[in-house]
Amino acid sequence: MSKIRPPLCSDCGWLETRTAADGRASRFCVKHGAPRTAAELQAEACSDFRPLETTQVLPAQAPVRPSARPAGPAPLFQPPDPDGFRRFLRDEKDFSLRDKFMSEREAVKRFIHTGDYVGFELYGTVRCPLSVVREIVRQRVKGLRLMGQGLMDADFLIAAGLVTEMDITYVGYEAYGLSPILRRAVERGTLKLAEWSNAAITWRMKAAAMGLPFLPARTMLGTDTLARSPAKTMKDPFTGMELVLLPALALDTAVIHVHRADRYGNCQIDGISGFAVEMSRACKRLIVSAEEIVDTEVFREKPERTIIPYFLVDAVVSAPFGAHPGEACGAYRRDEPHIKAYLEATRSEETTKRYLDEFVHGVKDHAAYLKRVGASRLDALKGEK
Amino acid sequence: MSADKANATERLACTAARLMKGSTTVFIGTGVPMLAAALARALYSPALIPVFEFGGVGSTLEKLPLAVGEFNSFRRGVAAMGICDVMEAAQRGVVRDGFLGGAQIDPFGNLNTTVIGAYDAPAVRLPGSGGANDVGSLCWRTIIIMKHERKRFVPKVDFLTTPGYLDGPGARERAGLPPETGPYRVVTDLAVFDFEPESKRMRLFALNPGITVEKVVSETGFPFPVAAKVARNTDPTALELETLRLKIDPEKVFL
Repeated sequence: MSKIRPPLCSDCGWLETRTAADGRASRFCVKHGAPRTAAELQAEACSDFRPLETTQVLPAQAPVRPSARPAGPAPLFQPPDPDGFRRFLRDEKDFSLRDKFMSEREAVKRFIHTGDYVGFELYGTVRCPLSVVREIVRQRVKGLRLMGQGLMDADFLIAAGLVTEMDITYVGYEAYGLSPILRRAVERGTLKLAEWSNAAITWRMKAAAMGLPFLPARTMLGTDTLARSPAKTMKDPFTGMELVLLPALALDTAVIHVHRADRYGNCQIDGISGFAVEMSRACKRLIVSAEEIVDTEVFREKPERTIIPYFLVDAVVSAPFGAHPGEACGAYRRDEPHIKAYLEATRSEETTKRYLDEFVHGVKDHAAYLKRVGASRLDALKGEK
Repeated sequence: MSADKANATERLACTAARLMKGSTTVFIGTGVPMLAAALARALYSPALIPVFEFGGVGSTLEKLPLAVGEFNSFRRGVAAMGICDVMEAAQRGVVRDGFLGGAQIDPFGNLNTTVIGAYDAPAVRLPGSGGANDVGSLCWRTIIIMKHERKRFVPKVDFLTTPGYLDGPGARERAGLPPETGPYRVVTDLAVFDFEPESKRMRLFALNPGITVEKVVSETGFPFPVAAKVARNTDPTALELETLRLKIDPEKVFL
C-alpha cells in the first residue's frame, strides 16, 4: 500500500510525499493545474525533486544550517560606474531620429557581444522578449552575465551554456514549481550567483537610471540574501539608521518586449510595466521587440502613454507573439500546453536539448518559429484572459 | 475524503482569508495567498486592496491570478503600475500585511526559499528571494502560510532568505529593518501561531478542529511556547468552501 501525505512544495505548495510499498519515500511535484489521481502520481515522478529515503529524518535539534556566510563578499558582476555611463551616453549613443527597424538577427549581432552583461524585462512568463533570446541562443553569444528575475530567458541561455554569472532574484515557475535547468547548473556549480531581492535589483537599475553609484534601501538587511550579495551596509549620517547600499546596475544591453513601437523606438506597454522604466534607463544599449510596429502619430497623439522614448533605443525588432509561450497582458494568453510540455522537456538535459533543437535551432528566425507553433494555435490564444 | 470536507489548501485559504477581515492593503504572492485574498474580498473585506509586486493594485480578483505578473493581477484593478511603485509604497509604510510562504521556517519566522543544503553545494536550488525578502522586510506585518511538516519547521533555516525576527528580540531593528515590523501569524494546515512578544518565538495560538497540541509538536522540528489559552479555529463554513470551489478556483488550479 502506498500512502499520500499532505502536499508540500517549497515553491508552489504542490509537492507530495509518497511512501511506496518497498518503504522508500519519494517526493513528487504536482504542478499541472489539473488534479491528479494517486495512480497517475504513482506513475510519474517529477525529476525536480530528488528521491528522499525514508530513513532520512531531520535530527530534532542538530544544527542543520551550514554557514551561509561566504569566505569573501559575493562578486559584483557589473560594478557601478556613473561617470563612465555618462561618457558612454555622450560619446557612443546616437540620439538622432533614425529608422532603427531591423531583424532580430541584426539586432543581436550588433548589440549583444561575448561577455556582455544583459537583462530581459519580464515578470514570470509575461512579456519576456523570447524571440530575441532565441536568436542569442542561435548565434551562441558566449560568456554572458545575466540579470534575473529571469525565467525562460534565463533557462534557454543557461541550458545553451551561454551564461557564466548571474545576479539572481527569482527563477521559478510559480505555480508550476522550480526550474530544473537552473537547478542542474547551480547544483553542478557551473554558474556563479549573487543573490538579490526583486526590489533591490530594480532599485539598482533605478540608481543607474538616476546617474548615481548606489541607492540606499531598507530591504535585505539581516539576511543571508544580503550576505550572499555584494551589497554593503552603512549608517545613515542624518538619522543613524542602518541602511543597505545597492550598487547601481547599468547593463551593457537590455531587451524589452512591448505592445507597440514605431520604427524609431518609441514604445507603449499595456497594463503593468514591471521594471521596464528602470531597465530602459539603465542600459547602454536597448533592443525593443514589439508586438506591433505602428506609426509615430500614435505616440504624438498620446505622449503620456510613451513608456520608452525613441532616443533610449538602439534597435526595433518586430515580434508578434514575441513572448510566446508566455503572454503579453491584454494581447494574448499564455500557451499552457506548450509551457507544460517545455517544463516536461527541461527535466533532463537530453530532452531540453531536443526542445531547443526543435524550437530554437530548428527555426531560422521568429517568423519561422511562429510557423512551427502554428497560426491557428496562436490565434486561439488571442484576447484577454 | 468526502466532497464536503475541506482539504489542507482550503483550510489554509479560509484561515488566511479570515485574517484579512478588515484589511486594506495586502501584498499577495502566488498560491494560497491569492485564494485567501479572493475569498476575503468576496466575503469579508470588499475594501481589500490586493497589491502584486509587478504593479497590479486593487484588482477585484473576480478571476484568480495564477502568477503575480499576469493579467488577472490587475484585471479591473484601480492601478497598473510598475515594481518600483509598489515596493516603494511598502518601504514608506503603505502596505499593511504581506503574505508569504517558504520551503523552511525557523522559530523566529525566518524563511528560506533559496537553497536546501549548503549554499555552495546545494542539495536543491530553490527559486530565490524574488519579492519575498522585500515583503518580509517592508510590510508592517508578515503573515506566513505553510503546510505543516517537520522537515519544514526547522531549528535553523539552511539559508535565511527572508527576515522574520532574525535572532530574536531587537534583531530586526539592529539590522536596520523598519521598526514595529515582522511576522504576525504563521498559518498552517494544523494550527495558527503568533509570536511571543518577549522572545519573538513562534507560539501556538490556535488549533484547527481535531488537531491536538501533541500532533503539532510532532510535526514541528523545534520546541515552541503555547499560549495560556489556545483558541480553536472553526471549520471552513459551507459558504467559504462553496465560494472557493465554485467561484474562485473552479478549475482547481491551486485547490
